[in-house]
Amino acid sequence: MKPRVAVHKFSSCDGCQLAFLNLGETLLKVAGLVDLVHFAEAGPVAPEENVDIAFVEGSVSTPHDLDRIQRIRANSRHLVTIGACATAGGVQALRGLADAKEWVTGIYASPEHIASLDASTPIAQHVKVDLELWGCPVNGRQVLGALRALLSGLMPAGEEDKVCMECKRRLAVCVMVAQGAPCMGPVTRTGCGALCPAYGRDCYGCYGPAENANTVAVSRRLKGLGLMPREISLRFLSINNGAPAFREAGLAANELDDE
Amino acid sequence: MSEARAISIRVPVLARVEGEGALEIDIADGRVAALSLRIFEPPRFFEKLLEGRSYAEVPDLVARICGICPVAYQMSAVHALEGIFGIDPGPWVRAMRRLIYCGEWIESHSLHIHLLAAPDFLGFENVIEMARDHPEEARRGFRLQALGNDLIRLFGGRSVHPVGVRVGGFHRAPTRDEVEDLQARLRTALSDARSLVAWTASLPLPEDTQAFTCVAMRHPHEYPMNEGRIVSDRGLDIGIDAYEAHFAEQQIAHSTALHSLLHGQPYLVGPLARLNLNRELLPEAVAGALDATALRIPSSNVFHSIVARAAEIYYALLEALRILEDYDVPSSPFASTRPRAGTGFGCTEAPRGLLWHRYETDPTGSIRRARIVPPTSQNQARIEEDLRRSLEAFGLERSEDELRRRGEAVIRNYDPCISCATHFLKLSVNRR
Repeated sequence: MKPRVAVHKFSSCDGCQLAFLNLGETLLKVAGLVDLVHFAEAGPVAPEENVDIAFVEGSVSTPHDLDRIQRIRANSRHLVTIGACATAGGVQALRGLADAKEWVTGIYASPEHIASLDASTPIAQHVKVDLELWGCPVNGRQVLGALRALLSGLMPAGEEDKVCMECKRRLAVCVMVAQGAPCMGPVTRTGCGALCPAYGRDCYGCYGPAENANTVAVSRRLKGLGLMPREISLRFLSINNGAPAFREAGLAANELDDE
Repeated sequence: MSEARAISIRVPVLARVEGEGALEIDIADGRVAALSLRIFEPPRFFEKLLEGRSYAEVPDLVARICGICPVAYQMSAVHALEGIFGIDPGPWVRAMRRLIYCGEWIESHSLHIHLLAAPDFLGFENVIEMARDHPEEARRGFRLQALGNDLIRLFGGRSVHPVGVRVGGFHRAPTRDEVEDLQARLRTALSDARSLVAWTASLPLPEDTQAFTCVAMRHPHEYPMNEGRIVSDRGLDIGIDAYEAHFAEQQIAHSTALHSLLHGQPYLVGPLARLNLNRELLPEAVAGALDATALRIPSSNVFHSIVARAAEIYYALLEALRILEDYDVPSSPFASTRPRAGTGFGCTEAPRGLLWHRYETDPTGSIRRARIVPPTSQNQARIEEDLRRSLEAFGLERSEDELRRRGEAVIRNYDPCISCATHFLKLSVNRR
C-alpha cells in the first residue's frame, strides 16, 4: 500500500500549499508515490482519514480549530507544519499583542457572528509536532525534501543556519554593510536562498529565528543605523512575531535605552 | 433562516479573505426558499494589523493576504501609497509592473483552469485523475503555470510573496540575460495559449445565460491592469476615489467575508467582466482566437469565465513579449520616496477582479487606517444569486448529488479565493 499523505489548512493565505500545487509534473509523480488522501485545494477531501504524513498549513485561530487539530494529530503518524502560520502563528498572531476584541468590532458591524480566538497560535502549542518547516512561504524544495526523508523513514536535518551564511555562499553583497539597510539576516533562518539581499534589499525575517540568534546584538546594530526603538521592535514583530526569540526581542526593543 | 437573519449595517472598515465554505439550500414547493454560501475562513484582521506600520512594510505585509495573488495586493497598495506621496515612478516602473502582473494572471489563471475548474467539466475529481486521460492538456497547463511563476520570480525572487516590489518601483532590475531567457520561453508558449483558448471553448460548459452587471476597470488605450476608471455595462463610470460612494459592503451573518453591492445590487468582477467591458482593446491575435470559437463577447453565461481566463493568458503572454522588446536596465529601478500625510486609493485588476485599497498615512508615512476590498467579497452576492438561478434552471427535482456537483461548479467558476473551501462544500438540501 502506498504511504498516505494529507495536506490540511488552518488560518492562512494558502501560499504554502502552493509549494505542492506549483510542482507541475512533479505533483503527478508525488501522486504516484503516495496516496494523497486529503488535500482540499487540489481536490481530495477526507479530513478524518488515518495518514502516515499530515502537512499542516495555517495557525489555530478559532474555537473549531482547537478540536480539529486534535483529531488530525490522532489520525497522523507524522505531523509536519508548513510555513510561518503553522509554525509560529503567522503575521495574524499580531492580534495577540493588540486588543483583539477591539479589532473585531473595528471591522465587523456584528461581532457576535465572528468566532475568533483572542490569539492566533502555532500548531505546536496544541499538539506534538514532528517536524517544522519554516518560511513565509515554504518552497517546493523544502516540502519535497521533508516528504522524501520521511518516506525513507528518516527525520530530515533542520536548516538552522543564518541567512548571512547563505549570502556568503551566494557571494551576495552585504546590504547592511554596503547600504546600511536594517537587514534581519544575522538572526533569520536560511532556506529561502538569501533572496532579499540578492535582490538588493534587507531580509525581513520571513523564515523565522535562526539557531542561537543574537537578537540583542542585532537590535543594537539597528539602533546604530539610526532606527528608533519602535522601528526596531517592528522589525522583529512582523511575519514571525509569534516565534519566541522574535517576540521577546521585539518587546525588549521598546526598552532600548539611549546609551 | 439565515436570510431572515441577514444584517444590513454598513461596515466602515473590513478585513479577511475567505477559506472554508458550505452551501445550504432550502427547497420548498419546487423553488429555492433559502440559499446561502457560508464562509468560515477565520478573519485575519489585516486592516487592523497594518495600523501603525511603516508604508515601506505594506507591500510585504499585504502580500500575505493571498498566496495565489500576492502581486495584486502589492500593486493596489503601492499605487495608493504613491498617490499619497505624489510619486510618479516613470515609464520603466509602469511597464515592469504590468509585466509582473502578466506573470500573476498567467500563473493564477492556469492554476484555476487546470487544477480547479476543468476537472468539473470533464467529469474528474481532480487534476491528477484528469492528467491520466488528458496528459497533454495537463502538461500544457503546468508549463503555462510555471512560466507565469517565473515571470513573477524575475522581479521578486519567488512567485509566492515575491520580495522585489517596493513603494516607488522595484528593489532590483532584471539583467538582460534573464530577460532574454524568458523571452524565448514566452514565444514558445504562444501556441500553448492559442490552443488553450480553443480547448476551453470546446469543453462541455453548461448553457446558463443570466442577466447580471459586469464591473471592471477601463483604460483608454490598454486592457486594464493597474490603471483606469471603474466602469460597468450599466453606465457606471467613476474614478477609483469615488468607489465608496457607489459600492457598499455589508456583513452577512453566515459569512466572515463581507458582501459588496453596487447601488444595492450584486455584480460580477473578474475575467469575464473584464473581457465583456474591454474586448476591443484586445490585440488582433487574441480577438481572432476568440472569434474562432463559438463564443460571442459580451457573454452572459458566467461559465464562459474559463474561456475568458484562457484568452487573458494569451493576452498576458503577448503583452509580456511587447513590454520586453527593447528591454533596458534603468539607472535606478525605483523612484525615491518622501512620505507625507494623506489619503490615497489603489485599484487594480487582480486575476479574480477588482481589488480596491484605501490608506491614510501620518506625516512619517505610518499607516493610520487601511481598507481593503478583495474581489471575492465583491463576487459573493453574485455567486449566491447565480446559484439560485442556476440550480432552478438546472432542475431542482434532480438528485442531491447532481445538485451538489452543479452548485460546486457554479461556485468554483468564479475562482473565489475560497476555491479550497468550495471543495469542502457540504450541501444540505431540505425538501418540504
